Amino acid sequence: MNMAETTKLTRKEKKALKERMKHLRSGKLEKRYARMGYLFMIPWFIGAGVFLAYPLISSFWYALNNIRITPLGRVFTFVGQGNFTQILIQDPDFLVQLVDYLTSTILSTPIIVVFALLIAMMLNMRIKGKGFFRLIFFLPVIIVSGPILKMLTAEGAGSISAIDVQSLTAAIGSVLPSMLAKPISDVFSNMITTLWYSGVQILIFLSGLQKIDKSMYEAAKIDGGSGWECFWKITLPNLKSMILLNTIYTIVFISSNSQNPIIVLIQNSMFSGTKEKGYGYASAMAWLYSVVVLLLVGLFALLLTTRKDQYEKQVKRNKKLKKKEARNLKRIERRNSRNAKRIEKQRAKGKITTHTTSRSDY
Amino acid sequence: MMGTKDREGFLKQFSVYALLICIGFIYLYPILHMISSSLMTLDDLLDSSIKWLPSSFNLENFRQAAASMDFWRALWQSVVLAGVPTICNLLSCSVIGYGLARFDFPGKKIVMAVIILSFVLPSQITMIPTYVLYSNLGIQNTIWAFVLPALFGQGFNAPIFILIFWQFFRQIPKVLIEASRIDGAGYFKSFYKVALPSAAPAFITVALFSFVWYWNESYLTELYVHGIYGDSSWTTLVIQLDNFSDNYSSYQQTATNAATNLNESINMAGTLLSILPLMILYFVLQRHFVESIDRTGITGE
Repeated sequence: MNMAETTKLTRKEKKALKERMKHLRSGKLEKRYARMGYLFMIPWFIGAGVFLAYPLISSFWYALNNIRITPLGRVFTFVGQGNFTQILIQDPDFLVQLVDYLTSTILSTPIIVVFALLIAMMLNMRIKGKGFFRLIFFLPVIIVSGPILKMLTAEGAGSISAIDVQSLTAAIGSVLPSMLAKPISDVFSNMITTLWYSGVQILIFLSGLQKIDKSMYEAAKIDGGSGWECFWKITLPNLKSMILLNTIYTIVFISSNSQNPIIVLIQNSMFSGTKEKGYGYASAMAWLYSVVVLLLVGLFALLLTTRKDQYEKQVKRNKKLKKKEARNLKRIERRNSRNAKRIEKQRAKGKITTHTTSRSDY
Repeated sequence: MMGTKDREGFLKQFSVYALLICIGFIYLYPILHMISSSLMTLDDLLDSSIKWLPSSFNLENFRQAAASMDFWRALWQSVVLAGVPTICNLLSCSVIGYGLARFDFPGKKIVMAVIILSFVLPSQITMIPTYVLYSNLGIQNTIWAFVLPALFGQGFNAPIFILIFWQFFRQIPKVLIEASRIDGAGYFKSFYKVALPSAAPAFITVALFSFVWYWNESYLTELYVHGIYGDSSWTTLVIQLDNFSDNYSSYQQTATNAATNLNESINMAGTLLSILPLMILYFVLQRHFVESIDRTGITGE
């Protein structure tokens, strides 16, 4: 009784507090804090306005126009969606390059992420020379840049001569249709440069692995879990957010790398002297490309986040079971009461008197 | 053999080492290939019996590559073009990161969302109007085209740096800042007297990565600073490498002593020269590079 009273009182108090809070405005200090926050953010607001929002909007406006540079300045002629249809229907390169980009990114992103995870797990073991190996695997981050990769692949240093790439690509080509075979063989022939992209990802995974509580593995071992099970049930769920981070980082890195043929195409059409091309045409291309990249990032993010984890699944299943049990219990109760009523009625009619007497005897 | 309860077995350890060494070799293969072939003479290149070790260490390739790339001028300009925007990045991103981490204000979530979106968005989409904007402002083909966006937190890869600072300043205990406020420090004083000195690891990380990324950026440098027609006095080593064959042929015509024709060795020597400064930086500051991501705790999210 006492307990109930106190809870009632606090509830009343809460209500009163809520009423009072309605009339209160946020504190002076809080407001000053918000003002200071804006003050610190001023550089960003200016920058985002001038270097992000303004170019974004005007780029969209450019994409709807045909822009020619004359001695008097830039001449805009509004063409609506003309640039887009021209790119999609008439341009021989863009769509082909876009499909190439899409397939190679979809193929190489998982390769890079899985490879980085493997290396990170090996480096996380108790081995000697850990620092030395980390030094090697992080080295490409420092030196990787478009022109250097271009030079290395041109001189045949991008792939290992010991692996016979030619026969491998031929084998792939005979099994798969050519649309799929080309990007796959491309990935193989540039294996080193693909692997070179995974330096930062390895470090991110490594620091994620070090944050996993060691006692979890111990507990799993006591329960008889093998290393394989530990990987799937402990390591992977704990690294889920890192996997997402690394995937997004990889896609962004591949998309902005100056080896990417599409962005070269955009730059070329920007400075092309022909009548149809130019700034407007290039802007339309950039918009199409950006939408594709955003969609790709969104797709991977969706794939990696919708999967619920094991724990949540168990909790949900448990809840469902409990609900079902409760429902069954209620049903039984209802049936009981119904039966009791029926028996009562029959007894009132005097049909089963013998039964009651026998029970009283009992 | 396969390992006991608390000690890895011999077979397992052996296979891990073997794998690591193999993959490490694959990783280093292009660099080793580059070093060895940059030291070869033309005869060594053509001799199929010579694979790795050249018959004599030939430094002539480096001399010619350096002369054609205008090495010392390009090196100096690379350092300036990567260093000055890096300092601006440090200034702006630390202030912005502190503002995001320490203060609550309406619209903060939107700001975070825009920062993340601007990281994912390819730079090509804003590239053309920005180019027009720079030429209108008259800062195109000058270093200001890199400095100005960096000063306002919109530099190259700035969203990552803002997030690093944000993450770091969030880890500093709030009590520390409050104590300094009670002791009479203003908002700015508590920022640069208390928060900044404790953020040294974040500063090192951001400085290193910003420097490296600005150094390696070729696409935007060529567009904004070098000039697409090469009509600016600014250049970097990476861009010189990008136009290596043109540079070399023009050097060949003007050279007083007979220069050899462009071959693989000279190409590789040029490539090696353009990554050498960063390699030296990396080996000197290796610990800071490799531990950087651990310390900033960017992986906490």
